[in-house]
Amino acid sequence: MTTAVTSPKLDALDALESEAIHVFREVAGEFDRPVILFSGGKDSTLLVHLAVKAFAPAPVPFPLLHVDTGHNYPEVIEFRDRIAATLGLRLEVARVEDYLADGRLAERADGTRNPLQTQPLLDAIAEHRFDAVFGGGRRDEERARAKERIMSLRDAFGRWDPRKQRPELWNLYNGRHAPGEHVRVFPISNWTEVDVWRYIRREGIELPPIYFAHSRPVFRRDGMWLAEGPWGGPRAGETLETRTVRYRTVGDGSCTGAVESTASTLDEVIAEVTASRLTERGATRADDRLSEAAMEDRKKEGYF
Amino acid sequence: MAGTDSAQPRDLLRFATAGSVDDGKSTLVGRLLYDTKSVLADQIEAVERASIDKGLATPDLSLLVDGLRAEREQGITIDVAYRYFGTATREFVLADTPGHVQYTRNTVTGASTAELAVLLVDARNGVVPQTRRHAAVLSLLRVPRLVLAINKIDLIDYDEAKIADIEREFTELARSLGFGDEAVQVIPLSALVGDNVAERGERTPWYEGPTLLEHLEAVPVEGPDAEAPFRLPVQYVIRPRNGAEARSADASLGDLHDYRGYAGQVASGTVRPGDEVVVLPEGHRTTVSEVRTADGPLAAAGAGLSVTVLLADDIDAPRGAMIAAAADPPEITTELDATLCWLAEKPLTPGARLLLKHGTRTTQVIVGALAARLDTEAVSYTDAPDQLEINDIGRVSLRVADPLPVDAYARVRTTGGFVLIDPPTGNTLAAGLVGDPLAAVPGTRPQG
Repeated sequence: MTTAVTSPKLDALDALESEAIHVFREVAGEFDRPVILFSGGKDSTLLVHLAVKAFAPAPVPFPLLHVDTGHNYPEVIEFRDRIAATLGLRLEVARVEDYLADGRLAERADGTRNPLQTQPLLDAIAEHRFDAVFGGGRRDEERARAKERIMSLRDAFGRWDPRKQRPELWNLYNGRHAPGEHVRVFPISNWTEVDVWRYIRREGIELPPIYFAHSRPVFRRDGMWLAEGPWGGPRAGETLETRTVRYRTVGDGSCTGAVESTASTLDEVIAEVTASRLTERGATRADDRLSEAAMEDRKKEGYF
Repeated sequence: MAGTDSAQPRDLLRFATAGSVDDGKSTLVGRLLYDTKSVLADQIEAVERASIDKGLATPDLSLLVDGLRAEREQGITIDVAYRYFGTATREFVLADTPGHVQYTRNTVTGASTAELAVLLVDARNGVVPQTRRHAAVLSLLRVPRLVLAINKIDLIDYDEAKIADIEREFTELARSLGFGDEAVQVIPLSALVGDNVAERGERTPWYEGPTLLEHLEAVPVEGPDAEAPFRLPVQYVIRPRNGAEARSADASLGDLHDYRGYAGQVASGTVRPGDEVVVLPEGHRTTVSEVRTADGPLAAAGAGLSVTVLLADDIDAPRGAMIAAAADPPEITTELDATLCWLAEKPLTPGARLLLKHGTRTTQVIVGALAARLDTEAVSYTDAPDQLEINDIGRVSLRVADPLPVDAYARVRTTGGFVLIDPPTGNTLAAGLVGDPLAAVPGTRPQG
């Protein structure tokens, strides 16, 4: 039962885990009202697992927040609610559909709701006076994210200014902010997609079943397999067919595609991700293909 | 990131690049990512598309690393970026630092967490003033290992004699900055062609050393401050109180009603149950009764590990306190002599009232006299300046409001470093190093 840590250097996953735990504890020590963004996807599920480890045997001292586009996979919503209940954590849900219903937001012509998440997110942060918002963003996901700090200041409008970032020195994170401003915190900044999967395997972390191969009616659009749904698919000329697929990322159904895959175990998923010649976003996220700086532009507006 | 999925645990090497703007740093970083298959097809396609849009005949690989709109528009690199790649034996976190503007700020940021730095020179120019400045900053920050990458050797026709001259000059420079010979590796390479980066160059048969990637994979790297005395800045006190619920989750814990765990990341050294420790700044002595993580109790925990420590006696150790080896504690002081790397546009003048963050404690500080400014090219201290400006490095005395447990930065990097913060804006102004980490380097002692 007693484990010796005698090696002079931590292995890579232990080092990444320790860094993330350090970040969680810094925020708990320095902020008044932190919150963890939790969608039920693999990165935010990993984040919640790390938070549990950071404060064990005490409970996680933060609530959870999900910005729900209304275009979710039912398996993921079931998982989201079950995990929050199991851990006894309060789950706040900000709904894009509430904004569409009363006219504060309008549906986009392309049907995607990912960009519409920004306003409900910023409103929820303001309403609950959250001062530190944990996200599962990783710097390996996208070029603009490679420049992101682990603790990143957002102004009163939620905006990110890449030219005015604070240097991060040693492990001394500076979370100071004025009233109305908040800090986005990315404890798994230094993890890669493969690290995430290896750690999920090592820790035995449960995920929604759609991350593993399953049979699903899908149609082809812009080189991706999209699931049918209330977001307007398939359109005329698009044919529904049943394929064996899985998801690499979980997001809004209108712009998150599945990949053809027979990987049904963690070992098979890791082997597939390791061999893949496509990044997870390039393979399955339409919103990042909109323009060369799509992610940067959304981040500047307050998106993650 | 692609790479081999080895079942073996691999370690993590954090390293930084440094070099002037035209030394080919982006190409080298692009080459490392490309040759380790860390650049995937859709990223390459995106770069090809963007290059065609810009009217270029061949893909511009710097677009792989310059992520921001303004960087691509202006063809410059704005800020430190972090890159990831892995091989069968090791994972790498690369702090990719831009070379031209604010080089001190960027190099200091990258070097603060780096266990190794790759310093680039252009083989046509050899060691230039910027090389000396970068090497001085890397020495000051006490980056343990250095690689000199002599790049663009294809442009000097793989001239062995010229490369040997650069190596000789740099080795001398590194020695004068206090780097031991075993800590320095010189590698002639061409990032553009790929010679000696991941693949051995056919045109350098006389070069018997490792490729850059072989060196990065094999270089022995100790954990952070593993040999230094035990230090644990207390981050957070864990008090579950609700015993019944938590007990069911972890049978090894027993009744949690009186559980009080001191959580933090081991900053240096090793801690074991039974160790005699002192809780600072108050100075209460006690012994460690348990060291644990969420996975259970540990026989020992080394530097870098986030742990929870339980103490034998009921001692108050709030966030901001430090638990340290009783036999070898840090100095407790309100007067600090320190070296500052000034990172902000707003200059530093004596008398300034700022905030200082050291470990998990933030306290007020009044800046005293500026004793000296470092000439980073000559690596010697000049006369006392009126103020420190952005990218300046200077020696200063500080008076802090609360007694701080500090180590000399030259001895323990983690507990010898601090940051200065601007109270009205919250901005980080300076990287601070306790003492004078260059003191061991001949000719660099401050005058007066």
